Amino acid sequence: MTTSKRNNRKSNILPKSPTGIQGLDEVTGGGLPKGRPTLVAGAAGCGKTLFAMEFLVRGAIQYDEPGVFLAFEENAEELAQNVASFGFDLKALARQKMLTVDYVRVERTEIEEAGEYNLDGLFIRLGHAIDTISAKRVALDTIEVLFSAIPNQGILRAELHRLFRWLKDKGVTAIVTGERGEGTITRFGLEEYVADCVIVLDHRVNEQLSTRRLRIVKYRGSLHGTNEYPFLIGRNGISVLPITSLALEHHASTERVSSGIKKLDEMLGNKGFYRGSSILISGTAGSGKTSLASTFVDAACRRGERCLYFAFEESPSQIIRNMASIGLDLQPHVKKGRLNFHATRPSLYGLEMHLVTIHDLIREMEPDIVVIDPITDFISIGSELEVKSTVTRLIDHLKTLEITTMLTSITAEEHSVDQSLVGVSSLIDTWISVRNLEDSGERRRGIFILKSRGMSHSSEIRPFLLTDNGIEIGTLDPAVSRAALQAPQKSKQKVHLY
Amino acid sequence: MEKGKQRERTKHPAKEWELRLYVAGQTPKSLAAFANLKKICDEHLAGEYHIEVIDLLKNPKLASGDQILAIPTLVRKLPQPIKKIIGDLSNTERVLVGLDLREQK
Repeated sequence: MTTSKRNNRKSNILPKSPTGIQGLDEVTGGGLPKGRPTLVAGAAGCGKTLFAMEFLVRGAIQYDEPGVFLAFEENAEELAQNVASFGFDLKALARQKMLTVDYVRVERTEIEEAGEYNLDGLFIRLGHAIDTISAKRVALDTIEVLFSAIPNQGILRAELHRLFRWLKDKGVTAIVTGERGEGTITRFGLEEYVADCVIVLDHRVNEQLSTRRLRIVKYRGSLHGTNEYPFLIGRNGISVLPITSLALEHHASTERVSSGIKKLDEMLGNKGFYRGSSILISGTAGSGKTSLASTFVDAACRRGERCLYFAFEESPSQIIRNMASIGLDLQPHVKKGRLNFHATRPSLYGLEMHLVTIHDLIREMEPDIVVIDPITDFISIGSELEVKSTVTRLIDHLKTLEITTMLTSITAEEHSVDQSLVGVSSLIDTWISVRNLEDSGERRRGIFILKSRGMSHSSEIRPFLLTDNGIEIGTLDPAVSRAALQAPQKSKQKVHLY
Repeated sequence: MEKGKQRERTKHPAKEWELRLYVAGQTPKSLAAFANLKKICDEHLAGEYHIEVIDLLKNPKLASGDQILAIPTLVRKLPQPIKKIIGDLSNTERVLVGLDLREQK
């Protein structure tokens, strides 16, 4: 069987409707089941309504599929205001006949029940909205309100069955939201009616750290990731951070970028780093990590590239001043808009907020180079496992975008490599270590390359100097090597991890 | 009975009862609802009511105005406040309670 045939058959079995929500389509292998209802369940405030709305808005804008949003909890005005901050202009979409927001107000108190009935009123209303704009997508947020409005649960359940059947017959791709229940996916057991795809959203706060998660509980007839994926609500809506689906699909560039230091480029197979690779600079405090990163950034800006610098320990002006002392003038790059600093204390926000900011800024600036100085501070703000996986996702994300990433990491004197970074090291393409070496009363700096994938690199420990005119790297110096050898403990550790 | 009815009526001095019955096509349920309503009105509100039947199949737009979900739905527009009764109105007791024509026991 040829590949195209297989694909064809696959698409005949289960066509999917792309959501346009960042990362979600990768996790679901193409989107939600086309022409079928999907249940999105979660507790209050976990992002259900936004999820449903973004599905419709992106459907309208990106896929030319009109949508109907049947709101049971908020009116059209409130909804429009709530999502305006994400840049979704519901009124404009309504004018273009790409979106209808219909508010169904239900109040139990004024309804008396006298005899048999069905929910044809709801069907007619929804059907009319769908037909008027030839909608392909529908969101019902949240239909559970009916449970407090319709006294007869037997009739309601029968009607819900009919409603989902009817939605399928209409061929619309629908999202039905539901409140999370105790021991069940939703409080009123909506999962009973929606058999095709169930997604659960979750919002947890651990040690004052807030994380949102998304999990696909069920996706009939389709492979899907079963992990919990962290997702963010940023300035552009929801973005899901997949890990496994992307990990090994990024394009590997053969283009090289200079480190800004001729001698260091020489050590890196004479050409420098690969574009889009991730570079780690680890070293003890004061060993010149920020100087190396700044030199790299300066060289990139001179080439006309755009750099985004996340500083977690120093303010931009402090970095600019300090770099001026080694002859690097970063100010003009900032003025030209080629260099953007973003400085915050890591502890200021939770991990999620940091990721939101980083993602948003990257999307906005579309940089060629991203520096995170230092990544170790990032690691201090959450439980180790959680942050490690998040950092992994971040690096992965940057790789996918083919952004050259430089991370710095502070190591303790006695270790040549920070233990906490071992988990991340597999994602690092080039790992440079800068160390302070002590030798007969003299303190020297040494630089060497721990690893660099895909190139023949130097294995020497070279002397490394910070001068008024920038960074200077010397040639192999017996004194430096000797100093390195005098610390067998360190060497052992290094070899072990290498 | 006569006496009770008299007392109940004085509670609603408004001469005009405006009732709207929402249906979807000529289904047995819709027809039953209309027949039941007519009977109750003739008995309790003779000469003081007006029934408007709205077929949502013909006028789907009208479903949103009175927030109609269930079919049939009877809406008492006047006298105020607005009241809603859902079902084929076969349970006369509930209809009378719903219309405020009888105190809920």
